[in-house]
This record gives sequence, structure tokens and C-alpha cells, in this order.
Amino acid sequence: MNPLRLVRARPDAPFTVTFDGREIPALPGRTVAAVLWAAGITSWRTTRTSGSPRGVFCGIGVCHDCLVTVDGRPNQRACLVPAVPGADIRTQEGTGHDA
Amino acid sequence: MTREPAGLAVVGAGPAGLAAAVAAAGLGVRVVLLDAAPGPGGQFYRQPAAGLGARRPGALHHQWRTWRRLRAALDTLVDRGRVTCLTEHHVWAVEREADGLTVHALLGPEQDRSVAVRAASVLLATGGYEKVLPFPGWTLPGVLTAGGAQAMLKGGLVLPGRRAVVAGTGPLLLPVATGLAGAGAAVVALVESAGPKDFVRRSRALAAEPAKLAEGAGYAAGLVRHRIPFRGRHTVVEAHGGDRLEAVTVAALDAEGRPRAGTLRRLACDTLAVSHGMLPHTDLAETLGCRLDGPDVHVDDEQRTDVPGVWAAGEATGIGGAALALAEGHIAGHSVAARLAGTAPDPDAWAGAARVRTRLRAFFAALDGVYAPPRQWPELVTDDTVACRCEDVTAGAVRSAVRDLGAGDLRTVKLLTRAGMGWCQGRICAPGVAGVAGCDLTPTRRPIARPVPLGVLATPPDRPDAPGHPEAPDRHDEHDQIDPPDPTPSKGLS
Ligand SMILES: Cc1cc2nc3c(=O)[nH]c(=O)nc-3n(C[C@H](O)[C@H](O)[C@H](O)COP(=O)(O)OP(=O)(O)OC[C@H]3O[C@@H](n4cnc5c(N)ncnc54)[C@H](O)[C@@H]3O)c2cc1C
Ligand code: FES
Repeated sequence: MNPLRLVRARPDAPFTVTFDGREIPALPGRTVAAVLWAAGITSWRTTRTSGSPRGVFCGIGVCHDCLVTVDGRPNQRACLVPAVPGADIRTQEGTGHDA
Repeated sequence: MTREPAGLAVVGAGPAGLAAAVAAAGLGVRVVLLDAAPGPGGQFYRQPAAGLGARRPGALHHQWRTWRRLRAALDTLVDRGRVTCLTEHHVWAVEREADGLTVHALLGPEQDRSVAVRAASVLLATGGYEKVLPFPGWTLPGVLTAGGAQAMLKGGLVLPGRRAVVAGTGPLLLPVATGLAGAGAAVVALVESAGPKDFVRRSRALAAEPAKLAEGAGYAAGLVRHRIPFRGRHTVVEAHGGDRLEAVTVAALDAEGRPRAGTLRRLACDTLAVSHGMLPHTDLAETLGCRLDGPDVHVDDEQRTDVPGVWAAGEATGIGGAALALAEGHIAGHSVAARLAGTAPDPDAWAGAARVRTRLRAFFAALDGVYAPPRQWPELVTDDTVACRCEDVTAGAVRSAVRDLGAGDLRTVKLLTRAGMGWCQGRICAPGVAGVAGCDLTPTRRPIARPVPLGVLATPPDRPDAPGHPEAPDRHDEHDQIDPPDPTPSKGLS
């Protein structure tokens, strides 16, 4: 069983996004976080002081742990932002303004 | 878009907000319903994204029939122009003016434009979010809140991993464990710090709510069906891993709430869904100056706050689940309709909902005494454990602020350590930092409910409801500086 099968999902046409330059598949409607999870990626940010890896924590836009850079804009909450075809998703380091 | 100010603006389209919108609009009030999410439903009725084409979304849900009825009522009222449903609207402030209220919302997902909606009254139905207390390893990717796992599953139809431990305390752990298992994850254990004795002590109050007990029994059957081992009076002592979660150590608790020697066990897993209860979202109420009772927005029998024109319903007024949220929303909707018409409402009109409200509030008060984190949990928090996730503040730093610098309350700890000063504005760390510091959890007054791009604060709001409103202005979009609304200068965020 998987979640898509459980609800008998028939998603619209899949597309691809890139994560740190690597192409990964995405389903329409999924957030950036859901797309990354589905590709087996659980962290996409490092913290400002200790540089430790982070991904989704609260899943609903409260904690800001899931910040990520999308199409050059840092500090997007991956659990809220929908993935769109061709999105350029990048690991965010620190404040997202350091690179 | 509407031209006349609405009678009621509802913030939050979960069970409470939906019930209120349907009730008030059914009684002739023009309602604007705003929610940050892409669709109505809130946490309990969160729907899979449309593009995923779920043909049986009910498979992830309980009480699907109630949702269908609510949704059908809402759709009818929207078709008749009685309710305007504004999704992807993140409300960041509600302002009181001489002749009503103005709701300010950022348009998602870009959140670089703000719109203002005017209404004679406002209902705050903003729900709650989860409380997670710190423990070693809780910042590892793969550790997430139980509700967050549920939200990602219901909304995005994804699982965080393959082998999950669900842990902490509270009624939410049951649907999360069975939900993850039903969707294909191997749930290695459900670790609950409350034990059977805690239930027995409250059995009278709990038995007074047979529907709820049946719901609990249903989940218990789900645990058996999915072969999920239940470990009562156990806790997670530590999460292990390098770049991501690899295992957790769990232990049985003694009478004092300390891990019992010789009971430590390591469970391999790639997901830990953890929750220690819920906290209400009260920031909009706080900015309006509404009175709080402890962490909850204070309301009277009609669900009115003490600020004229402002009602509140659902988990913002106290954690109590979807059925209570529905009842409170229903009552609020009736009250608003009567008050706007200048009459005193007739409580008979909501007698059934009022009975449900009384019963469920009593039930959840009893549950609150059952589900509690292990009493000695701060002892498990090592000095190098991060207490404030946003600002990387360790428990050691918090303790030293108390021990060496004499900090005796959350505010002083925050000023000395930066704990609670980052992106989430203390929403996540406040209970943990307070526990580690040994001080009270006091509500933080936040001037703004959501992070707002500086450019938005500098631009006058779009007024879609204003007569003669011009085309949506073309605003520049260099708005990645989501500054936390803290008056204290914050390092590194600009
Ligand atoms: C992540 C999560 C998952 C949960 N899953 C379950 C579950 O599976 N089963 C269960 O029994 N209970 C669950 N709960 C408990 C759930 O909160 C209640 O059962 C119920 O949904 C409460 O109803 P409500 O209407 O008070 O609030 P909610 O359902 O939480 O609805 C509040 C709504 O307000 C919106 N909102 C909040 N602030 C703003 C703002 N500033 N601007 C715009 N919109 C805003 C939110 O987007 C949300 O849609 C969950 C809770 C959380 C936090
Ligand atoms: S996971 Fe908490 S904000 Fe995205």
C-alpha cells in the first residue's frame, strides 16, 4: 500500500523540478516538501550557527524549519509552497543570503 | 469580489470556521471566509491537493460524511453569493476601526502582496498547532510533529519514510499511527507516556462521553489490525542519527516519570512522529487585545471574546478536537447573525450544540489530566540539546541564563539567549524553553501574526472591497526578507 493507491489517485501529468541541479519527478499539487520527500530527500537546509541539517518539522507553516531556496528566492517554506514545473530548488545554507 | 463590507469575516476554514460561516450565512449574514490553505477543511478535514486526483480521499479520513455535508452547504452558499471563500490568504493582522474591522491578508504562496477585507464582525477560528518538547536528537531530519506527518499525508499523499515510531502523548497519536500504517508505513511502535492507571483515575469523566470512547476503541482496533505495538508509560529518550534519523531509544517510565533502569531499547526507524499536545493559535486575538485564559482565547457562552465585534471558536479557544470545534462554530455563527441584526440571540436555537460543547469541554479537561508528558522530562534534555530550533540555542545556554545570570522568566531567558527570537517567534520552543528554565509558560505578545515581507508593510494594502478599487497594483517582488516581527534587532536575517 502507498498513499496514492489508498485514495485511488489519478494525478494530472507529472513534471520535473530540480534539486541542487538534479532532476527529480514531481506530481501536480504537491508542495516542494512533499516532492522532496517523495524523492527520498528529507533535509534541504542547514542552520545558521551549527550548520545542522533540517527539513520538515511542523508540516503546517509554523516552525520555519523547512526553509528552502526556490528559483533564487531563499526562505520559502517548503511545506507551503507548491512545486511548479521546472522549479529550481536549492539547499539553503544559513540565512539564505550568505551564498 | 465584494464591494459592501461583509457582515462577518471568518479567519480559518477548519471545522469551527466552516460551521460558523454556514450557520451565519444561512441566517442571512454576508460572510467572507479566509484561510491560508489552498482549500477549506482545516487540519481535521485537510484534503489532498486537487492535482493529485484522489478518487477516494475519504480513505484518509474519519467522519467523512460530516465533511461532505459541510462542504455541500458551503458550496451552495458560495454559489448564491452569500459566502466568499478566499483561500491562500494568510491573515497577518486584524485592525479595529471606528466602524468595523479590517482583516489584512498576504496572498499566497508568494506572499508579497497584502489585501484588506472589511467586515462588521470577525470570527477567529485559527485552530492550533502542536507542542513538542525537546529531547536529544529532536532536530534530526526525519523527526517531525505527529500532526505534521498527518498533514503531509492527507495533503500531499506522501509518507516521511518507511519505518516510523509515533511517540509523545495525546489523543492525536492514535489517528496518526493508524493513518501512517494504513498508508503503507511500518509503524514500529506507538510510544505513549500516559499509562492505564492515568485513565482509570479519570474513568468517570471519560465514560460520560461514549461516542469518544467508541472512537478511541476504533483506533485501538486499528492498532491491532495494523499490528502496531502500543507502549504505554514509555517515552523516547533520544533520537539517533547523523544527517538523518536512524533509530530512537525508548524506555519505560517509573512512578516519578523517569526512565526505568534496564528498560532502554533501541528501535531502528527513519521517521519519528512526535507530539506532546496542542497549543491554540492566539496571535490575532492577542493583537486585538482579546483576553486570554491561560493559553486560550477567552469566550462567553455565545463564543464572543471580550473585544466588541470579535468572536472566537474551535481550538483557538481551547484544544478539544473537531466535534467541539464544529459545535462552537455553529453557536458563534448564530450569535453573530443575531447580534448583527441588533437582537439578543435565542440560546434555544443552538441548544443541541451547547450540550455537545459542555460535554466535550468536560471530556477534554479530563483527557488533559490523563495525557501529560513525563513529569521529569527536562532531566532528559542534555545541555547540548537544542532548545530553540530557529536560533540554535542549547538547553545548556538556557540553564546558564537561569543559573548564572538569574533569568527567572521566559522573556529574560529570551533576551539573554535569543531563544524564541527567530523565525517561529517562540511558537515551537516556548514550552520547551520554559520547562528547561523551570519558569512559567507565558504567552508572548507578537505584534504581527505572520512573517510579513518588509515591502508589504511599506505599501498601502490592496482593498478589493473598497468602492472604485483600482486594478491590483503591480508591486515589485523583491521580498525575500521575511523579518520576524520582533522589535529587537535580529542578527543575520537581512
Ligand atoms: C497538523 C495537525 C494535524 C491534525 N490532524 C488531526 C487528525 O488527523 N485527527 C484529529 O482528530 N485531529 C487532528 N488535529 C487536531 C485538529 O486541530 C482539530 O481536530 C480540528 O481540526 C480543530 O478545528 P479548528 O476549526 O478549531 O481548527 P483547524 O482545523 O486547525 O483550522 C484552522 C484553520 O485556520 C487557518 N489559519 C490559522 N491561522 C491563520 C491565519 N493567520 N490566516 C489564515 N488562515 C489561518 C488554518 O490554515 C486552518 O485551516 C490536527 C492538528 C494539527 C495541528
Ligand atoms: S515544516 Fe514547519 S514551516 Fe514548514
